Amino acid sequence: MREITLSQAVNEAIAEEMRRDETVFLLGEDVAEAGTPFKVLSGLVEEFGTERVIDTPIAEPGFMGIAVGAAMTGARPIVDLMFGDFIFLIMDQLCNQAAKTHYMSGGKLNVPLVLRTNLGATRRSAAQHSQSLQALVAHIPGLKVAMPSSAYEAKGLMKSAIRDNNPVVIFEDKLMYQDKAEVPEEEYLIPFGVGNVKRKGRDITLIATSSMVQVAEKAADILSAEGIEAEVIDPRTIVPLDEDLLIESVKKTSRAIVIDEGHQSYGVTSEIASRLNEKAFYHLDAPVTRMGAMDVPVPFSPALEDLTVPTPETVAAKARLLCGGELIDAA
Amino acid sequence: MAKSAKTPKGKTNAEDYLQMYRQMVRIRTFEDTANQLYLSAKMPGLTHMYSGEEAVAVGICEALTDDDKITSTHRGHGHCVAKGANFKEMFCELLGKEEGYCRGKGGSMHIADQSHGNLGANAIVGGSMGIATGSALRAKLQGKDDVTVCFFGDGATAQGLLYEVMNMAALWNLPVIYACENNGYSEYTKTEEIAAGSITARAEAFGIEAFKVDGQDVLAVNDLTQKLVARCRKGEGPFFIELETYRYHGHHVGDINREYYRTKDEEKDWKTNRDPIIRFRSWLVSEGIATDEDIDAMNAEIEQDAAQAVAYAEAAAYPDGSEVTQHVYAD
Repeated sequence: MREITLSQAVNEAIAEEMRRDETVFLLGEDVAEAGTPFKVLSGLVEEFGTERVIDTPIAEPGFMGIAVGAAMTGARPIVDLMFGDFIFLIMDQLCNQAAKTHYMSGGKLNVPLVLRTNLGATRRSAAQHSQSLQALVAHIPGLKVAMPSSAYEAKGLMKSAIRDNNPVVIFEDKLMYQDKAEVPEEEYLIPFGVGNVKRKGRDITLIATSSMVQVAEKAADILSAEGIEAEVIDPRTIVPLDEDLLIESVKKTSRAIVIDEGHQSYGVTSEIASRLNEKAFYHLDAPVTRMGAMDVPVPFSPALEDLTVPTPETVAAKARLLCGGELIDAA
Repeated sequence: MAKSAKTPKGKTNAEDYLQMYRQMVRIRTFEDTANQLYLSAKMPGLTHMYSGEEAVAVGICEALTDDDKITSTHRGHGHCVAKGANFKEMFCELLGKEEGYCRGKGGSMHIADQSHGNLGANAIVGGSMGIATGSALRAKLQGKDDVTVCFFGDGATAQGLLYEVMNMAALWNLPVIYACENNGYSEYTKTEEIAAGSITARAEAFGIEAFKVDGQDVLAVNDLTQKLVARCRKGEGPFFIELETYRYHGHHVGDINREYYRTKDEEKDWKTNRDPIIRFRSWLVSEGIATDEDIDAMNAEIEQDAAQAVAYAEAAAYPDGSEVTQHVYAD
């Protein structure tokens, strides 16, 4: 099968949906000729024109609000938010307007929009361009949150997001845009709320989101060499969450680490760990453990920044600790 | 410089005039009834009366069709009535009943009636400016000729969102009319204490044609709006109207003792000398469009309609508890 980058996968998904549905349009800063600073949208303006690939002024709340109004009245806007950190600028339009309109109208108004943005540290971009704010969005009822972990997921999730009748926020890891994966030529959609078992294992479950899936897979390689077989699960969407898949895995392995790049406190990892404690407690041989980014603003210096996020080594070390006692007995 | 609208002279459209009068009385009657419901503790929550500002909502909405959209404010009952809503569903909504426009999930501050193009009241001051502009962008992209009117108060002109979206509306020639209801007060504060410069000049800074009109003169408002709507349909939008008006009640229904920010003399002067309904009624009679008897009969009929709607709403069922989790997400 052909391999394409995550960036190409997102681009393809949007182009296919724009061809299929003329109500789909793009707006955001530098999305047209520039194709965004990450070049994810390059070429779309050539095919669809400036009427459907719209460069906006640097006015995030304004164009987010415009997307909400367009979505409420029969269009399907895709908003490009250049950095996830700018979500703080658009909170009213996202959380008070987009998220609540369907509910407040008693189900009579829909807001089918997609907000594409990114997450992730270790790009030396410092504290205002490195945050992973998915937990903040996931906290608000009415919003769906997708977190692709590869080009394959990015394409299938984007196509589902565009067809969804709700506001959906997609967080792409900005370090993964050039990562390649096998992506079929033929159309496919990845449904929301269906997780993916990336690697089967018996000793511990590593539940990881976005780029942390790669971290978990590398940790699993390290552990495997030591005789610990880790199961790696990518929920793919955190709202809705494929809780059943996670619970089934933990029932089998009896141990779990949840890994996400958002700050650890009050984060995605806390939520998933809580649900496992509530619903799989009697199957657990060890506390469900969380690994998120440190609770610090992301520092600039590479020497400091690299310390703030989970790595294959820190995940393997934590897994070793959780599995240690029993495996030693088994040996 | 802001332009003034001229009041048309003479009896050319008797039916339209009577419809405008009827709609103003319907708003006043709705508000008086809602106020009584609130003061007698039958109505939950917060509510903000529109009485005094009827000529604004009616003058504008009578220039629109059901395909045209409006966004409204937290003082939104008047816009809702003027855009064609029924008393029964409105009172049901105010009382949190299942048959309300939003199935009791929106209430006074979020009432929406999409069947008549009302995209909803908004409890965030200035919260709907993006939505209105987005609706206009959708109309332009899809080649529709509907126009969107964005209602907001003078207090909302302090919100940055307005300037972001006016910039884009002007850049893209969107069919949107920004209707600033200047009632002189931003909640409990005189607007002159918080708003520098002239309000119309703010729109003119973006190259948007701005008009100032007597918001107590329904014909002046309607005449101007008709012209601007027609120009919007020809692609000449956006426009901005500042409507000088006055709210008879406090900021919200609980704001009874308000002498610390405005005098009783001032209120009396507006109610006696500038009331839009009294003024228009005497004009209708003096022009021979209706007799006092005709008008009294119309008023009585509207009062009866309101009383029946309230009785219906009081007896109506609350939504079933199972509805609490419905409409968080659209299918």
